[in-house]
Amino acid sequence: MAEYKGILVCGELADGKLASITTELLGCGRKLAQDLKEELSCLLASDAVGEASKEAIAFGADKVYAVEHPALKEYQADSYTQVAEKLVKEISPRVILMGQTSMGRDLAPRLAFRLGTSLTTDCLDLSIDQKTKLLTQTRPVYGGNAQAAFTSELMPQMVTVRTKAMSPLERDDSRKGEVIPPKIDIDTSKVRTKILETVKEEAVGIKLEDAPVIVCGGRGMGGPQPFQTTLKELADLLHGAVGATRPPADNGWVPEALHIGLTGKIVAPDIYIAIAVSGASQHTAGCSGSKHIIAINKDPEANIFREAEFGVVGKYEEVVPAFTNKLKELLAG
Amino acid sequence: MAVNMIVCCKQVPDPEAPPAVFKVVNNKMTLPPEVKPVIGQYEEFALEAALKIKDTVGGKITVLSLGNNFVRDVIKKALAVGSDELILLEDEAFEGGDSWSTANALASAIKKIGAYDIVFCGRQSSDWDAGQVGLGIAEILGIPAVTLARKIEVSDGKAKVERVIADGYQAIEVTLPALITVTSGLGALRYPTLKGIMAAGKKQPIIWKPADIGLEPSQVGAAGKRSKLDKLFQPVKEAKCEIIKGDTPAEAGANLAVRLKEAKLL
Repeated sequence: MAEYKGILVCGELADGKLASITTELLGCGRKLAQDLKEELSCLLASDAVGEASKEAIAFGADKVYAVEHPALKEYQADSYTQVAEKLVKEISPRVILMGQTSMGRDLAPRLAFRLGTSLTTDCLDLSIDQKTKLLTQTRPVYGGNAQAAFTSELMPQMVTVRTKAMSPLERDDSRKGEVIPPKIDIDTSKVRTKILETVKEEAVGIKLEDAPVIVCGGRGMGGPQPFQTTLKELADLLHGAVGATRPPADNGWVPEALHIGLTGKIVAPDIYIAIAVSGASQHTAGCSGSKHIIAINKDPEANIFREAEFGVVGKYEEVVPAFTNKLKELLAG
Repeated sequence: MAVNMIVCCKQVPDPEAPPAVFKVVNNKMTLPPEVKPVIGQYEEFALEAALKIKDTVGGKITVLSLGNNFVRDVIKKALAVGSDELILLEDEAFEGGDSWSTANALASAIKKIGAYDIVFCGRQSSDWDAGQVGLGIAEILGIPAVTLARKIEVSDGKAKVERVIADGYQAIEVTLPALITVTSGLGALRYPTLKGIMAAGKKQPIIWKPADIGLEPSQVGAAGKRSKLDKLFQPVKEAKCEIIKGDTPAEAGANLAVRLKEAKLL
């Protein structure tokens, strides 16, 4: 039986650079590696990994496995699963960390079932039990209404981690590490899906994930119009972005890219203004990392007031325009 | 081509119930009786995806569910909206499973069903939210899988799927048979018609026990798990919201702006 050792981060690239989730995973992986006194490695797979290997070392990796192949240009389930499976069988990591992202959600369960091990998805907290050396894996369940802590004695122990749940290390370009180009063949005859096209549907303006202020509308907005007027005016004033809960996205009032929540985007702005948002756990899962939450809702019992720091009870049609006007005045003065 | 479809559905406590009613007692989620069971929201989308295909190119829909003590009226909704057959893996032994034991039992049942072009699952269950069972079934069956679908078109033995990604979507082509997990965005599940409800009332679900799908009770449910739940808990949240008042809602809105400035949030 192989001896399982070390932490492996399955990394992601975004526009040729290390994706922010990967820096977060490396930060968390570094801590786990220290607790275990073992190594932290990072898998980067792409048609061209380039400088991202050095970035991974600067963010905490001891070893980077840089796999380059034309079939890895975009995330493609069958080719990426082959690469991850082959590398894992070669290096036998004790723990595998992936992001709870479009890629991680798709890749991690395939890999876990193929390896015959267990997986805990969407973790918020990870720690090593000093006695058993096992990884305690904590994740929200029941739409965020409770949390569950799991362990598994099967190796490798696999998890996906929610975006923005972990902090990256300070980038340190003087850190030393090793870049290894492993020999991994991809059997392209086993790639059973074909990507016909990749279409961006981003909203114009500031990206939701990067916005310091988010103005979010819920089902109570009643239609697409207020997102383009009342909410947009407030967001523009604060140099922020407009977001939405799931119902407005499902109803086509806003593009899916604006959906914040458990199955949408996870955001953590400085200021989050929730307007006519009831505050279902499935939504707050996507915004509870915000520094300051402000709620405007006509229902004083709405759950969002349990999350918020400041709140106003009232119809948004009456509250928000007055709020925006007063802000304008205060910001000008 | 008529498409042979299997839709995996899960009966869950209503996920839209107010957060305050979710209470963990002795490591178990306990809900008051007024929280009714429903078919999981993403399985409803999966069912609608299958019905849309049946509408356009024709086909057969078999609904497959695993659990115990199914509420017949809840799960039979799947028949009332237009599915053709309902198979329940219903036994005490199926209770308390994890993604592994659930996927394994469903895959065994699908092998027994035999012919299929598409297996549909929701992107994740509406109680444990893990999002693993669909891909697990595909791995066990050795068929390709596309996840997070919001639109599916079938022709010539292939499916063209719109897979939602962070800032848009990917159009993916897959040769059938395949497994597809469905996300939101393709429209809510249609309402059952009166005729559909009547027809569903007369139909009896097929019940399979572990032995019917070639598994020992020790291989399913809690006994067949690969992960261990150490603790289920609810982090204590302090409600500390400062409600800003005013004589009118508009005044309260203006006062909020003033308070935010005071608190140096602007």
